[in-house]
Amino acid sequence: MKSQLPADEASAFLDAAIKGELPDERGRFGPFGGRYVPETLVPAFERLEQGVREYLHDADFQREFQRELREWVGRPTALTFAPRLSERWGTEVWLKREDLAHTGAHKINNAIGQALLAKRLGAQRVIAETGAGQHGVASAAACARVGLPCSVYMGAVDMERQAPNVDRMRRLGAEVIAVETGDKTLRAAIDEAMRKWVTDPSGIYYLLGSAVGAHPYPYLVRELQSVIGVEAREQMIEQAGALPDAAFACVGGGSNAIGLFYPMLGDDIELIGVEAGGTGEGLGQNAATLATGTPGVLQGAYTMILQNDDGQVQETHSISAGLDYSGVGPEHALLQATGRVRYVAAGDDDALAALEELCETEGILTALETAHAFAYARRWSQENPRKRILIGNSGRGDKDMPTLTKHPARIRTSASA
Amino acid sequence: MPAHERLTAAITAANKHNRPALVPFITAGYPEPGEFVNTLREIAQVGDVVEVGVPFSDPMADGMTIQRSSFAALQNGVSLKWIFSELEMAGDLHTPLVIMSYLNPLLAFGYETLARRARATGVCAFIVPDLPFEECDELRIALEAEGLGLIQLVTPATPKERLKMLCEASRGFVYAVTVTGITGGDTGLPNDLADYLDAVSSASPIPVCAGFGIRDAADVANVGEHAAGAIVGSALVEVLESGEDPRPFLQALGGK
Repeated sequence: MKSQLPADEASAFLDAAIKGELPDERGRFGPFGGRYVPETLVPAFERLEQGVREYLHDADFQREFQRELREWVGRPTALTFAPRLSERWGTEVWLKREDLAHTGAHKINNAIGQALLAKRLGAQRVIAETGAGQHGVASAAACARVGLPCSVYMGAVDMERQAPNVDRMRRLGAEVIAVETGDKTLRAAIDEAMRKWVTDPSGIYYLLGSAVGAHPYPYLVRELQSVIGVEAREQMIEQAGALPDAAFACVGGGSNAIGLFYPMLGDDIELIGVEAGGTGEGLGQNAATLATGTPGVLQGAYTMILQNDDGQVQETHSISAGLDYSGVGPEHALLQATGRVRYVAAGDDDALAALEELCETEGILTALETAHAFAYARRWSQENPRKRILIGNSGRGDKDMPTLTKHPARIRTSASA
Repeated sequence: MPAHERLTAAITAANKHNRPALVPFITAGYPEPGEFVNTLREIAQVGDVVEVGVPFSDPMADGMTIQRSSFAALQNGVSLKWIFSELEMAGDLHTPLVIMSYLNPLLAFGYETLARRARATGVCAFIVPDLPFEECDELRIALEAEGLGLIQLVTPATPKERLKMLCEASRGFVYAVTVTGITGGDTGLPNDLADYLDAVSSASPIPVCAGFGIRDAADVANVGEHAAGAIVGSALVEVLESGEDPRPFLQALGGK
């Protein structure tokens, strides 16, 4: 299901996206987005939308947010040239180092921004969902920082494969609630967080971790994550002397990708989002929502989703918990439909191999999610030699040790191959 | 007369006998798909309106019971297509039906076909818990073309002006969610329920049925003093789950 928009509509929507006119007042990115939520939450979403309008671009709020990014998160994060990887791939490779942000991933940009907003909106407590645990850790840390209690919903399957992050969240003062229903991963955790929110829509602030869900979340998260692309763009000009020919980011819900891509939409840069190809192309074997999904409504937005003919959302598979999601942010659905961003998939094995190659050549243990972007960037570089590319290194891989430990022979295998 | 007026008529008829209308809810095809038509006939003998739930993979407004029944029904192959073919087989139940479904299965089915098949199988209206009024035009218009209603939900969190708008837009009846929460709660009905239901009833030009957390005869009697009908879902699904005959349970709640 690609580029289903007529050419003139697609180009009008893309123009609007580049000019910063999307989402529209109904929370739509072209045909995608909107707000499909239970009636109980409608007033809560209206309050949130009003709060976003009032505070997000308010000078006081921005001063506080920018100070937290600088002094607590550690921004700007570095742009790192990767000389040995560049030599191996035959192309110039630059890495935007979100793994160096506080708590180890880009998730903290959004978490601290929304925690500050929750405080302004007078919330009594914060709930969050998490897949890989990075957003859970970021939320726990941000809530501790602003002084709000935090509960994190996490699928039981994810708690097992990201055990180090569960312990981190608890030490940061958050309550971690195991979700045993549905697919026991990120999608079930979001469903459960919504069920909790419905019980106290005015006291609870729901700190959603990706650019997904009902309006205004996809917009809010994009605005808070755009710092990635804004910095990377300036750093490329300063350090590399030019913008990249292509930029790559992994896509689960799509928050790091939209953060990197959004400030570059108007540039002459090929933008490529890499989804989880899992173990194959069949329904249930991957989480390649944009590459293989169809439009539908999931968890508040009309977007691309993995579903069967009856509209039942399908379970996904990926070795990385953070990409293991049946939906995707609605703005990505539009960027695909307009052709501005190309979305591809990289499989479990390719991601593992890419993770090892980055360790070996640059001394960086990247997250399994991020490794998908490297896997496809490598393939692209073989077809497009001697270019300059930028990869969003969205997070660090320490939290993946339980999964990596199950694949101990791979480094020896790739070294001898 | 448009099909949704059958709902209003059935509820009003119950009220004329000095009792609240009883609206039993079941998840289609649960616990046994093969028993669906039988169960439907049984509860249609007691209920004034019957609400049939379409199972969905992400029932975000539902508690444990409906989650369990939905996932099990899906595993047994229950789909909207299957539900319509079963309803065709069941023939006229002499009790108006309502379908409760999350939006995505309806989208996947296609709105026009949906409205046609629904009308042909005795369905009078739809309840879509993840479709707020602001997003509902397309479905509402497709349903109206076949005389079917889109039932609006209101909740204790709904502001006053919005309440009036939703009640006026609703067709068949207004679904008043009793609690700020999900279905199947066991915390009991809220203390200020009477005031809330009175406010909904006075804002609404059509009958109001209360749902969520209504488990026994006392609850039905309680909401019946302030609303035209009571919707019983999770508690009935639990009865069916245990293999019991649903009729005595529903009769004890005061059905027809």
